[in-house]
Amino acid sequence: MAKYLLLKHYRGGPAPVADIDPMDHWTPEEVDAHIRWMGDFAERLRETGEFVSDQALSPEGTFVRYGGEGRPPVTDGPFAETKDLIAGWLIIDVDTYERAVEVAGAYSAAPGPGGKPIYEWLELRPFMTDTSPTTE
Amino acid sequence: VNESLLRDLIPAVTGVLVRRGADFGTAEDAVQEALLRALATWPRDPPADPKGWLVTVAWRKFVDAARSESARQAREARVEAEPPPGSAEDADDTLRLYFLCAHPSLSPASAVALTLRAVGGLTTRQIAEAYLVPEATMAQRISRAKRTVAAVRLDEPGDLVTVLHVLYLVFNEGYSGEVDLADEAIRLTRQVVAMTDAEEASGLLALMLLHRARRAARTTAEGALVPLAEQDRSRWDTGLITEGVAVLQAALARDRLGEYQVQAAIAALHADAPTVDETDWVQIAEWYDELVRLTDNPVVRVNRAVAVGEADGPQAGLAALAEVDPSVARYAAVEAYLRERAGELAVAAQRYADAAHAATNRAERDHLTRQAARLHAAMRG
Repeated sequence: MAKYLLLKHYRGGPAPVADIDPMDHWTPEEVDAHIRWMGDFAERLRETGEFVSDQALSPEGTFVRYGGEGRPPVTDGPFAETKDLIAGWLIIDVDTYERAVEVAGAYSAAPGPGGKPIYEWLELRPFMTDTSPTTE
Repeated sequence: VNESLLRDLIPAVTGVLVRRGADFGTAEDAVQEALLRALATWPRDPPADPKGWLVTVAWRKFVDAARSESARQAREARVEAEPPPGSAEDADDTLRLYFLCAHPSLSPASAVALTLRAVGGLTTRQIAEAYLVPEATMAQRISRAKRTVAAVRLDEPGDLVTVLHVLYLVFNEGYSGEVDLADEAIRLTRQVVAMTDAEEASGLLALMLLHRARRAARTTAEGALVPLAEQDRSRWDTGLITEGVAVLQAALARDRLGEYQVQAAIAALHADAPTVDETDWVQIAEWYDELVRLTDNPVVRVNRAVAVGEADGPQAGLAALAEVDPSVARYAAVEAYLRERAGELAVAAQRYADAAHAATNRAERDHLTRQAARLHAAMRG
């Protein structure tokens, strides 16, 4: 088994395939349908024993760094127009890379306006294993 | 009663329930419930007959579960009348459970999870923790695995090869959680050896013992990897080495070689060398030739190149490596090592950096980065 992160970006990544209005311009029913679909998708992954976690992130973030000896941390932002903006993630634990691609492809078919798939790009990143090795 | 003794009893208890007519899936759930109850109550109130206690409690749980489904009423009445079997059949039952849990229709991850629960006697929570997934996810993985094998008859002949592979996977998962999976794999492999007396089961047990023996020397206190050549050999566990070598020799004497025996033979030759300079690389290289013949695995060929490099010099090692597909895991790391031995420090540093970039394990990545940094510093003088 291997864990993969499916990263959802608000911005960044390849050019969108479909020209889709932002979610706050969808009908309330379309928003509900989208959210229900996402919940059902996670539920199916629980049933297949592949679900690890999912989280959504607030769009507004702050950059923070060490301020130097005896000084408070330095903060910067939020930046309204950051090039790459991460919206959230889904973590899965699957048998193969092929299965991870299959899950990501299916996840990208979440319904948008008119119930049509939004064709959202998802970034698929493998986790490094973190166990102490048993062999050299 | 300590926890591992308790867990030793689990597959036999499931076997009793199945023999009394319970289906495997429900029986296994009932035994898990009995196990959880035992873990909670035995420390205060240990039973005189632990196995009898488990059978009684698990059977009651099973009957309750069966009763809740009216369609099962008839069968329940029938099986309740059957007498309990004798313990002579325990070993057969247990071995059959191993075969079932490693059934070829299961994915490796499902087989591992089911084996750890149904024959290992681990709780779902412990397995989930060891594999870093939510308990609900692991519970689903186990129940799906049970559905997959639901139609398999328990007395169907099984394949020892798949059982050994599952145990090998468990061993390699290491020891991140509360349960030490390497030790758990050793415990289960010992059971398989006792039940089957198969050479390859012994080979796998020897391999595990010999690798387990080096664990304390394999990482620093901070968790950094220590390569075999730099390990403090006084920290190797001589008891485990002695046992591993004895198990291996008994298996090899029967002259039915297999890949686990060969891997164990290589590990034994390392264990046998008091210092790294006294390592018998010529013999290790010969065992690698044997392993290539048996498996034709490209990763084995990469590791063979290291042995050839030590036995016949880095140029010979690089020539052996050149026969392997460069995309194979560890190729860059092995090339880096051989290039450094050949005095090509700049190439070696680059290849260590490449290997770090491609690494899939954090400790390995850090180790390879450190190697690249060491060479870069050496070149700066």
